[in-house]
Amino acid sequence: MPTTATSIVPPPAPDPPEAPDTQERITAEIAEAQAAAATGAQPRIDFAPYRSSALRHPTKDLRHADPEGIELVAPVFGHSDIDPVEADLTVQRGGDPIGERMLLTGRVLDGDGRPVRHQLVEIWQANAGGRYLHKRDQHPAPVDPHFTGVGRCLTDGAGVYRFTTIKPGPYPWRNHLNAWRPAHIHFSLFGTEFTQRLITQMYFPGDPLFALDPIYQSITDQAVRDRLVATYDHDLTTHEWATGYRWDIVLTGAHATPLERDEQ
Amino acid sequence: MTIPREALAPTPGQTIGPFFHDALPYAGDSLLVPPGSAGAVRLHGTVYDGSGAPVPDALVEIRQADPAGRPPRREGSLRRDGRFTGWGRAATDASGRYAFTTVVPGGVGGGAAFFAVVVFARGLLDRLFTRAYLPGESDTFLASLPAADAATLRVVRDEEGDLRFDLHLQGDRETVFLRYPRHDGPRSGQ
Repeated sequence: MPTTATSIVPPPAPDPPEAPDTQERITAEIAEAQAAAATGAQPRIDFAPYRSSALRHPTKDLRHADPEGIELVAPVFGHSDIDPVEADLTVQRGGDPIGERMLLTGRVLDGDGRPVRHQLVEIWQANAGGRYLHKRDQHPAPVDPHFTGVGRCLTDGAGVYRFTTIKPGPYPWRNHLNAWRPAHIHFSLFGTEFTQRLITQMYFPGDPLFALDPIYQSITDQAVRDRLVATYDHDLTTHEWATGYRWDIVLTGAHATPLERDEQ
Repeated sequence: MTIPREALAPTPGQTIGPFFHDALPYAGDSLLVPPGSAGAVRLHGTVYDGSGAPVPDALVEIRQADPAGRPPRREGSLRRDGRFTGWGRAATDASGRYAFTTVVPGGVGGGAAFFAVVVFARGLLDRLFTRAYLPGESDTFLASLPAADAATLRVVRDEEGDLRFDLHLQGDRETVFLRYPRHDGPRSGQ
């Protein structure tokens, strides 16, 4: 008779590790959240499928305030602030970056269709392989020694900005299992009033990752999401040099009266 | 003559994401005046999330008048070279803290004196505006808020003599954030 193996009692099973969310689950949550949400001109800031938003959005309604004083005056930038070469992201590091060279241009308008003249536009983006230079980017795609992914320019007298850059690649992130961001370029914009400050992301037409991305889909109205997508423009594409994309930006409406603006 | 124009639908915002540090911060971004210069004061605080944890990847910008209440309209924020432009930018550090060196703003046009503030963060899908009122200042907007809410908009002078303004993105002490007319586009009826 073997001795009873009472000593070999398996330890209680540990709780199974929390399974990472699948894309299927995130996609289902996006559909649910969008069905429940009113359509709006801005992203939902309480959009659960974007996991990092959970503790980082106010739960109280934004409070209505009539802008006054300093809020009616945007910061001013000028030619002493930046070097024109900052608008060309393909010449900053002493060699040609790898990837699809592209020209990117468009107008910055205020909510009444007025051009935002001589104002700062800042962009940042991943390289062609979907890798940022940023030290926190752990994506095992190559860093491009000839590409910083950072640019600045001033709009001209018609509100037009122009950059030369490389088309960024899509990249993985950790929102859920096998999560990928659609290719995008981050834009930072100023208007004529402080209240018009905007940071957003520009996307490329027809990206297959759109439907899967909780950041893009946090805007619940397709017509509003479309405003973030650039247009391929063959007239902007240059012979044997670069493809061309066009993207116009509309800031929220200004509040100062024309008289107040003239006094500025 | 003013030509009436059709109101346009605004481009929506998106999160600043985690990778802005090589693009938006720059040398001198948070130094509206040189540290140690006459009248220089430190405006600082911590950005917190809804669990009370600091937010190490937020970006705070301020816009302010000069001490006489005049809004500066001069270029030079990116290369200040001694110019006071009334605008600054500060990324939060690993402890969620930000700090500016600036001057105490005056109220514009006889209004209450405040810093206009905008905050961005990874995880925050759109920017948030608020106001940081100087100690003792008030106006009809601030007075219209319940006391606990109004307190979230008040700068506190700390024991060092610095100005402190914490931002709570969520939670019991959630900062009052603002929506200006026309933020929702032409169909909001504003």
